[in-house]
Amino acid sequence: MTTDLTRAGAAELADLLRAGETSSREVTRALLDRTSAVDGSVHSYLHVDTEGALATADDVDRRRAAGDQLHPLAGVPIAVKDVMTTRGLPTTCGSRILEGWVPPYDATLVTRLRAAGMPILGKTNMDEFAMGSSTEHSAYGPSRNPWDLGRIPGGSGGGSSSVVASFQAPLAIGTDTGGSIRQPAAVTGTVGTKPTYGGVSRYGLVALASSLDQAGPCSRTVLDAALLHEVIGGHDPMDSTSIDAPVPPVVEAARRADVHGMRIGIVRELTGEGFQAGVQQRFDEAVQHLVDAGAEVVEVSCPSFTYALAAYYLILPSEASSNLAKFDAMRYGLRVAPDGVDAPSAEQVMAATREAGFGPEVKRRIILGTYALSSGYYDAYYGSAQKVRRLIADDFARAFETADVLVSPTAPTTAFPLGDKLDDPMAMYLNDIATIPANLAGIPGMSVPSGLADEDGLPAGFQVLAPAMADERLYAVGAALEARLTAAWGGSILDRAPELTTEVPR
Amino acid sequence: MTTTAGAEATLPYDQAIAAFDPVMGLEVHVELGTATKMFCGCPTEFGAEPNTQVCPVCLGLPGALPVVNETAVESAIRIGLALNCEIAPWCRFARKNYFYPDMPKNFQTSQYDEPIAHDGYLDVELEDGSTYRVEIERAHMEEDTGKSLHVGGSTGRIHGATHSLVDYNRAGIPLIEIVTKPIVGTGERAPEVAKAYVATLRDLLKALEVSDVKMEQGSMRCDVNLSLTPGGSPVFGTRTETKNVNSLRSVERAVRYEVGRHAAILTGGGSVTQETRHWHEDTGITTSGRVKSDAEDYRYFPEPDLVPVAPSPETVEALRATLPEPPAERRKRLQGQWGFSDLEMRDVVNAGLVELVEQTVAAGASPAAARKWWSGEIARRANTEGEDVPSYAQRLGVTPAHVVELEELVTSGRLNDGMARQAWEGVLDGEGTPTTVADARGLEVVRDTGALEAAVDKVIEANPDVAEKVRGGKVQAVGALIGQVMRETRGQADAGQARQLILDRLGAS
Repeated sequence: MTTDLTRAGAAELADLLRAGETSSREVTRALLDRTSAVDGSVHSYLHVDTEGALATADDVDRRRAAGDQLHPLAGVPIAVKDVMTTRGLPTTCGSRILEGWVPPYDATLVTRLRAAGMPILGKTNMDEFAMGSSTEHSAYGPSRNPWDLGRIPGGSGGGSSSVVASFQAPLAIGTDTGGSIRQPAAVTGTVGTKPTYGGVSRYGLVALASSLDQAGPCSRTVLDAALLHEVIGGHDPMDSTSIDAPVPPVVEAARRADVHGMRIGIVRELTGEGFQAGVQQRFDEAVQHLVDAGAEVVEVSCPSFTYALAAYYLILPSEASSNLAKFDAMRYGLRVAPDGVDAPSAEQVMAATREAGFGPEVKRRIILGTYALSSGYYDAYYGSAQKVRRLIADDFARAFETADVLVSPTAPTTAFPLGDKLDDPMAMYLNDIATIPANLAGIPGMSVPSGLADEDGLPAGFQVLAPAMADERLYAVGAALEARLTAAWGGSILDRAPELTTEVPR
Repeated sequence: MTTTAGAEATLPYDQAIAAFDPVMGLEVHVELGTATKMFCGCPTEFGAEPNTQVCPVCLGLPGALPVVNETAVESAIRIGLALNCEIAPWCRFARKNYFYPDMPKNFQTSQYDEPIAHDGYLDVELEDGSTYRVEIERAHMEEDTGKSLHVGGSTGRIHGATHSLVDYNRAGIPLIEIVTKPIVGTGERAPEVAKAYVATLRDLLKALEVSDVKMEQGSMRCDVNLSLTPGGSPVFGTRTETKNVNSLRSVERAVRYEVGRHAAILTGGGSVTQETRHWHEDTGITTSGRVKSDAEDYRYFPEPDLVPVAPSPETVEALRATLPEPPAERRKRLQGQWGFSDLEMRDVVNAGLVELVEQTVAAGASPAAARKWWSGEIARRANTEGEDVPSYAQRLGVTPAHVVELEELVTSGRLNDGMARQAWEGVLDGEGTPTTVADARGLEVVRDTGALEAAVDKVIEANPDVAEKVRGGKVQAVGALIGQVMRETRGQADAGQARQLILDRLGAS
């Protein structure tokens, strides 16, 4: 038995554990050792819980030895984005303002991971309060792309994408408000799913934009994503926006990988101009693979997508400005006294704390949102954005009359160098041009690797979108594409990633 | 000039009303009596140790989400129906954004332009028996804030305090805010209308069993908006909003005070500042609070964490069927059943005795006796204690059964009226039931005719002139003799029996 446990996926680990060929402690230990070796350079984690993870692993091993009935993923370790509350584990959302905060409660999703017996390895890095596409807005320093440590791992969930891509965890939890699961997956050669809005409980997900946020799985294979999706999905009475319906049959769809007779819609507005040539090329080939597998291709148009980014950057900051108001130093987190004030009032402490505790991108969006909601501007900004949102949903509804799924490149480019877009928020925002419409409409989306772009040898992502609560279609298409591509490549895309050293770059 | 600190010049009320018409708007906040909070499962019990009835949701911890309390929504709909409102078939919660330490999320989850109930009315009966219809603008659902305690100052207000404590037990308690349309045309009766409206609303909410409506505990709070317009003008003047006027009497006084204050400003050529005012129960004045300016912008937007509330017509009708008889109609029905005059009924209502009288009649007493005993000595004592009769009686352990027993002692002839009063006082003094009090105090009408006859003979002998008048047919003169017989027997005689004996003796029967 010489399998490198860190390179094994969740499904494979589950099989090994069930067969008694390894223990959860062994797997967990191997992954923690990998983290010790490489995370100094990748910086996927904000917090590693060695003790907690091993304790869960031991518990699962004990129960397995005792012949207990266990969840299929019992003993398979996972990393969780630092935006989900974890009882007893720090939760910072990548922000100074929550430095040192240890939540007294678990997010519903975390409760389900614990119930399944999955050791939680740690909390992954992210752009502050999930605002960004690169993790460069994390108050604790950026994560790096395992393909090129000088490049971004995507964002906001760059910690979760890189932790999976660098073999520190087979699975991770991400959250996607405008592409924060899918774009990081695309630029790291991994898989990420944003489920249907309401498909996974948001209870315990520290809100960026409540009407857009959705947690979902990050992994290296489509089947692994499906297995995790099934653990975390389903109705939660603690989240009134959660959908009271069974989880779509995602695992079955991933296993069958069948796209026979499926109509694949190419969204005209999300291809061509503005997309990197190598990204576009891999996309076109991927479509051909699906045709070869028995799918039909149709072209659809979603004219309102032109306004998606503008609408998104009104709705998101509006909701965020209100959601982030609670960080006021009164009950938890950072508390800063204003300089030179003898007996500061509560208001002065609030202001000083928010000034010191929030980074520039967070402040930018709070200011934008506060402005957009102001009386006299509400109708023109927030009101108009909601109308655009309706139009985008209508566009999708029309498109899904002629296509079973829609496809596009996930991100316009491959991973860009750290620092490249930090001074140009608009350029940063454009990264999410293809992923944002799904969030506005509440439909599910997935990114799967389509290959490496010729010009830079970096991963590109293929996005699949499906109607609300038809998440299983994502997995059918994703798995079919994955099967053909890995056959063509002779292995996983990540086999072609460079070996990581333990040295910290520059 | 008054010497009360902070008091401003006021015009005498009559003068103010002669020159101006008051326009009022009343906002009443009612804490619902649900077992749990508006958006989480925390208990709502009053008076618990600070910060013991809290959870991630009502503390606004990062990641926590609200879930609407269905019972609270039902209560809101029932209140709306009882106020003759339209019920919205679809409405949303909204966030009211502002920073305050006792507000955990720094926004209040409320309703803005889509209230659950709107456009209704409440008919209010005034002291002279006439009715005023108060139009209801809206009734909407929201959550209460926490409670700040400012320590170290002399006033309990934030200014001068060294530090503040916050209790979040109240944060998230369900509230219904009921807002009237402008109340116009009341003239000098504005204070009376305001008080009667709040009293009627209180009775209605009590009858609905949606709240304990205890103004002194803050479970019902009233804000009084008031402006004056020069007589006959259709344009409203600048208004002030007097916050937390928390008793019926204060509602009346606050309106009266603000009328006088506004009038003094306006007749002096000044202009009223649009602001909130603090009401001072002790001194009966208002003082300036925070100035309302255009800068105050709550940035309302629909609450994205909650799904819309969409009660089906069937649900609304099912809730309508649970409405109790409206208090006004109920009073009319009871008045008929009890045979009370308008004045008698109004006294019973104003003293808050309707339920007690109803229970006492149900227990077997006559309506007249029930009214008589509950509005007599016990009312006097309760008033001295500053309590209402029902709660005073409850505290004393005095029940309708006591009244029934007392009346039986009278009708059976054992006690006369004066003795019954003594027995009742004994009951109120905690000496036991009417019977045990009568036994202990030796109260009993004298049935021994020998003793009574002796007393009658003695009185007739001592009053030959009066006796002669009675003999001559002036039967009404017998009263003087009866009085003396009662004195002779130290009140132990039955007055009717004494009268009969005297008339027999004098051959005048």
